[in-house]
Amino acid sequence: MVPESYYVALSAGLFAIGVLGVLIRRDPLVIFMSIELMLNAANLALVAFGHRHGVADGQALALFVMAVAAAEVAVGLAIIVAIFQLRRRLSVDELSVMRG
Amino acid sequence: MAYAPFLLFAFLVVGSALGVILLRNPIHAALFLTVNLAGVAALYLTLQAQFLALVQVIVYAGAIAVLFVFAIMVLIPGKEETGPDPLRAQRWLAVPFAGLLLLETLLILRSSGMQTATRPAASAAVGNEPLYRLLLTDFLFPFEVTSVLLLTALVGVMALTRRKVS
Repeated sequence: MVPESYYVALSAGLFAIGVLGVLIRRDPLVIFMSIELMLNAANLALVAFGHRHGVADGQALALFVMAVAAAEVAVGLAIIVAIFQLRRRLSVDELSVMRG
Repeated sequence: MAYAPFLLFAFLVVGSALGVILLRNPIHAALFLTVNLAGVAALYLTLQAQFLALVQVIVYAGAIAVLFVFAIMVLIPGKEETGPDPLRAQRWLAVPFAGLLLLETLLILRSSGMQTATRPAASAAVGNEPLYRLLLTDFLFPFEVTSVLLLTALVGVMALTRRKVS
């Protein structure tokens, strides 16, 4: 049996890759995908911890994270499409409409 | 040997995650994201979270990945798939690969499909309380709030993408 700490280490690595993607990319779509990577990494850690303690609570939490991620992606992509119809360019560096 | 599935899918997941953030073309990133999500689903299976693995495939690798591909096609009108195929020679590799997959599926069906009658009673996934009972007792309130959240997202997306009728 693979120890759960391996899964948590893998989850940490995936999360770091997701953070890296958010930091180095300018395309809002790829940034969204990196956020999905991070959510997945968190889910993997939750399930691994639940497995370690022999309870299904981690899986229940991961299920809610999935639902929130689905809602987030739908709304986020709709916002990106709306911005695109307004500006015709896709780069997060140029999106300063909402700057205070 | 017990580590083999974990290592295989760990490398798959990390490699595809790197593909998501390093590839220039967003559509390639979306396809690598799908591979990544499917790999994480396989890791859930190794953690005895079968239901979650199925949900992962349906919700993430199904719905969310398709949504990403849709958004990319709306936003970035790429080249049409016409003209000569630059990878024409690789096309013939598709036949042996598909045949191999069919053979594998048939082998699995032969070895395990006939013993459904003697299947033991379905054991609880993990621990003392199974997931479905937990969702409808301790997590009932978040469960219901999730449905409200999804409805809100649905209405919000329709309001955001609506075109003004002039």
